[in-house]
Amino acid sequence: MNIVNFTPQSAFLGGIIIGLAVIIFFIGNGRLAGISGIVNDTLVSKQNRTDNFLFVVGLVLGPIFYTFLTKINIPFLITSSLPIIISAGFLVGIGTKIGRGCTSGHGICGISLLSVRSIIATIIFMITAIITVKLIG
Amino acid sequence: MASKIVSFISGIIFGVGLSVSNMINPEKVLGFLDLFGQWDPSLIFVMMGAIIISAPIFFLFRNKNKPLFADNFAMPTLKSVDKNLIIGSTTFGIGWGMVGFCPGPAISSLALLNTYSLFFVLSLLGGFLLTEFVNRIIIRR
Repeated sequence: MNIVNFTPQSAFLGGIIIGLAVIIFFIGNGRLAGISGIVNDTLVSKQNRTDNFLFVVGLVLGPIFYTFLTKINIPFLITSSLPIIISAGFLVGIGTKIGRGCTSGHGICGISLLSVRSIIATIIFMITAIITVKLIG
Repeated sequence: MASKIVSFISGIIFGVGLSVSNMINPEKVLGFLDLFGQWDPSLIFVMMGAIIISAPIFFLFRNKNKPLFADNFAMPTLKSVDKNLIIGSTTFGIGWGMVGFCPGPAISSLALLNTYSLFFVLSLLGGFLLTEFVNRIIIRR
């Protein structure tokens, strides 16, 4: 293992900003900011639909505000082929719906709540993702 | 109305956090997942930063107070580690490792007008709808 491209300061600062979003949503609306749930509910649930939709719209506007304010171009690179991208999208959708959470819901909110379910889920999806990268990378 | 503003602002701040940490970038996330190759531990620091902020607030607020703009805190009801949690998280992990996109960064990256992001998000929504459809058939039986 070689450690490369490690950016601890910007990662930690970005994490704190994400944490702020989580607590604002929690103290304001009493809800956990699990993105897969919010996006899924926007599609299939009438409850809080406008709230959920506005969260998703905000999520897309975030990088635009960031680039506008800092004039920094966000580094972004996808090297996967289209069939891989489409298959991965379906697997992430199906998996987060069956497992009821993704990196934000289980990985941040659930771990913050010391939920055993979320800790187990996070360990599982991290290990399977690392194995996947090892196999196809 | 207030809850809608809170949702909108929370979404924006979340998207800014993904940009600052560059977790919006699949290449960066794949660097973290490449544990046995060229490893970039940054994602751990993102999670630590977020958890350090949210854990104490959850602990202070979850049992005694009411949220500002809702009747109660909506906490997950499932407590046990069940088959769905394991199957779902495994499936999610495979998809995450294939491209380096999980739902938040994928949606946020639509801002960057990359066609591949759009295809990923449409497939993600397809996965949600397909699972919903299958769930409803199972429930109806």
